[in-house]
Amino acid sequence: MNQTVYPLNELPEGQTARVAKIQTAGSMRRRLQDLGMIEGTAVCCLQKSPSGDPIAFLIRGAAIALRNEDSRKIFVC
Amino acid sequence: MGLTASSTGKAALDRPLILRRERPDDRVLALAGNPNVGKSTVFNQLTGMNQHTGNWPGKTVANAQGRCEQEGHGVILVDLPGTYSLMAHSAEEETARDFLCFGEAEGVIVVCDATCLERNLNLVFQILEITPRVTLCLNLMDEAQRKRIQIDHTRLEQQLGIPVVPVSARSGRGLEELLTRALETLETPPVPPAVRYPLPIEHSLERLAPAVTPLLSSGCSLSPRWVSLKLLMGEEACLGPLGISWEQEATLLEIRQSCWEELEQNGIPPVQLPDRITAALVMRAEELSRETVHSESSPAAERDRRLDRILTNRWTGTPIMLLLLGVVFWLTIQGANLPSQLLADGLFWVQDRLSEFFCWANAPEWLRGLLVDGCYRTLAWVVAVMLPPMAIFFPLFTLLEDFGYLPRVAFNLDHHFRKAKTCGKQALTICMGFGCNAAGVTGCRIIDSPRERLIAILTNSFVPCNGRLPTLIAVLTMFFAGAVAAPYQSFISALMLTGLILFSVLLTFWISRLLSQTVLKGMPSAFALELPPYRRPQIGRILIRSLFDRTLFVLGRAAAVAAPAGILLWLLANLHSGDQTLLQLCADFLDPLGQLLGLDGVILLAFILAFPANEIVIPILLMTYLSAGSLMDYTSLSSLQALLADQGWTWVTAVSFLLFCLVHWPCSTTCLTIKKETGSWKWTAAAFFLPTALGMLLCFLFHSAVQLLGIGG
Repeated sequence: MNQTVYPLNELPEGQTARVAKIQTAGSMRRRLQDLGMIEGTAVCCLQKSPSGDPIAFLIRGAAIALRNEDSRKIFVC
Repeated sequence: MGLTASSTGKAALDRPLILRRERPDDRVLALAGNPNVGKSTVFNQLTGMNQHTGNWPGKTVANAQGRCEQEGHGVILVDLPGTYSLMAHSAEEETARDFLCFGEAEGVIVVCDATCLERNLNLVFQILEITPRVTLCLNLMDEAQRKRIQIDHTRLEQQLGIPVVPVSARSGRGLEELLTRALETLETPPVPPAVRYPLPIEHSLERLAPAVTPLLSSGCSLSPRWVSLKLLMGEEACLGPLGISWEQEATLLEIRQSCWEELEQNGIPPVQLPDRITAALVMRAEELSRETVHSESSPAAERDRRLDRILTNRWTGTPIMLLLLGVVFWLTIQGANLPSQLLADGLFWVQDRLSEFFCWANAPEWLRGLLVDGCYRTLAWVVAVMLPPMAIFFPLFTLLEDFGYLPRVAFNLDHHFRKAKTCGKQALTICMGFGCNAAGVTGCRIIDSPRERLIAILTNSFVPCNGRLPTLIAVLTMFFAGAVAAPYQSFISALMLTGLILFSVLLTFWISRLLSQTVLKGMPSAFALELPPYRRPQIGRILIRSLFDRTLFVLGRAAAVAAPAGILLWLLANLHSGDQTLLQLCADFLDPLGQLLGLDGVILLAFILAFPANEIVIPILLMTYLSAGSLMDYTSLSSLQALLADQGWTWVTAVSFLLFCLVHWPCSTTCLTIKKETGSWKWTAAAFFLPTALGMLLCFLFHSAVQLLGIGG
């Protein structure tokens, strides 16, 4: 289990990874948990917005757009 | 565009909610659920009401109530704002949680999206901790079927221990059973098994609950387990309405302290409690959904992704957005031409007959003038100028809304809002502002951070509402598109209107940024925007709903203002002080300021008199100019232009007029809504004076620039 861990915003479009660590705090952390994103959750990168930020992810069947400043604090592998 | 009588009228003031029982034995059921799962559709279908619906999260921002009858029972349904959880961190979550915990609801119907059940279960579990009288409404079954998602609802019912009813609210299927079974839970409450937390937490709850139970009054329906959980998480603040002073319960606090220490020893420091508890709920939801939901990859989900790739793509996203805006405006302008003409012809024919009637009845001339020339004529103008564009624009916009396009606009534009240090959801409130700024201001509740919400509220009136769009269209067509050959006229008008709207959106960005850097300093806050699946719009329903609920509502409001305004105008134009009419006096008084802005006194007066409803600016303007002498019948927009040109209008006046129409004080309804939403007269005053000052500045600068360059006509 020595996979490379990288920030979620670097996940290429159309690819799926699992959440390894969530380093956001406060209300964003709570919001992500409400959406069902905890460690171990599978996340797929769906679509980047015209400016590349925010990015839409598929989280437990729902398309959720997150800003890069938040998604870079979520690490996946 | 959450624009109905209930979202902008007095009903929205009913916070906290006061239940309106028709009979003392009416039962009360709350409708809860994640945002955008069709709660309002369920609510409307059951109560026959017209709570606004649309395909984006956050439409229902205030509690709405309605009543229906089922097997002789009266049921009051309360439609709660959509929430992802009850761990309240936003205004609407707090509203929903407080009503569920401390309101008068006897039972809860949790509406879930069958296409996204797993995430919805999280909220179901949280509500089950508060009360066992819960019914799960498995909504959007039709859509789930199209997406090839199968749900074993019998098994789900067994596992959850509460009634589970599959429903397709849009077609009404399953709703009767839903209500019957929800009422059953009030008679015999189900006994759902609780979600088990990690053992040390369970142990703490077992120790706390016996100490909590005696404190809860006998009438309290809250489960001691839930209260204990809140205490354990140190969230007793949200238990305020229970009226218990926790700091005085020494024994209880001692138990809690020892629980915390015990948890710490077991590797769960209290700060990690929320994480552990949510994780337990999420895992249980995952497990349950694995057992009961079977889905194949479906063409519908694929289609959504393909559509998203086109509509939010780097190259095509923005052009398509502008194109759609332009097309909507073009259809509005082109489509409104003929009906406007016909309506005007018809209504002014009636005016002539009315005049004849008054003459025939030997009524005094002043009475005829007051009622026909004053009241009726202003009303007729409002209907002729306003109705056709509104009747076309509203349904078209609703179509886009129902389809699910608006959240994509927020997605596309978030980058720009972030630069202005605000929230992409402001794009949604701007869109609502197109319908009605008051609704837009109320809609700002979807923005979590108070700072960003305030900015969105203060800048909302920069986008022209439906009361101002027809005014803009009329002036644009008269002064700028008139030079172009007929078949292209509406096209040019639409193009210019789109430009004008873009300008107002840019202005919103600039002012938001300015506010972020000065009085409302701060960084943008958490942002997670859900992009809902595209849904096929229900065209027939949209037509009827937007015509009756919105168009006629807005028109009714405008007419209610126009009639007295017409009387006032006629009086001003016919009462004399010295050898001048009062109207002239007022206009003369305002004229110097008006001239400075490239306008004139009459235009300023029209905007001031239109404070109750922007719809009546043009009618007032025409009435005032007409009463000044040159009588003319309405034959077409070009005859209007001739009238305005007679009064000294040039293209410079027209541009200044457009600028001032776009940027001036919000109408009275919007001001009152801002007061209600911000709770402060100070911010209401700011929302009034900010656009006023900015509009005057823009007009002044434009007028001065034209004069300096010497290009004014």
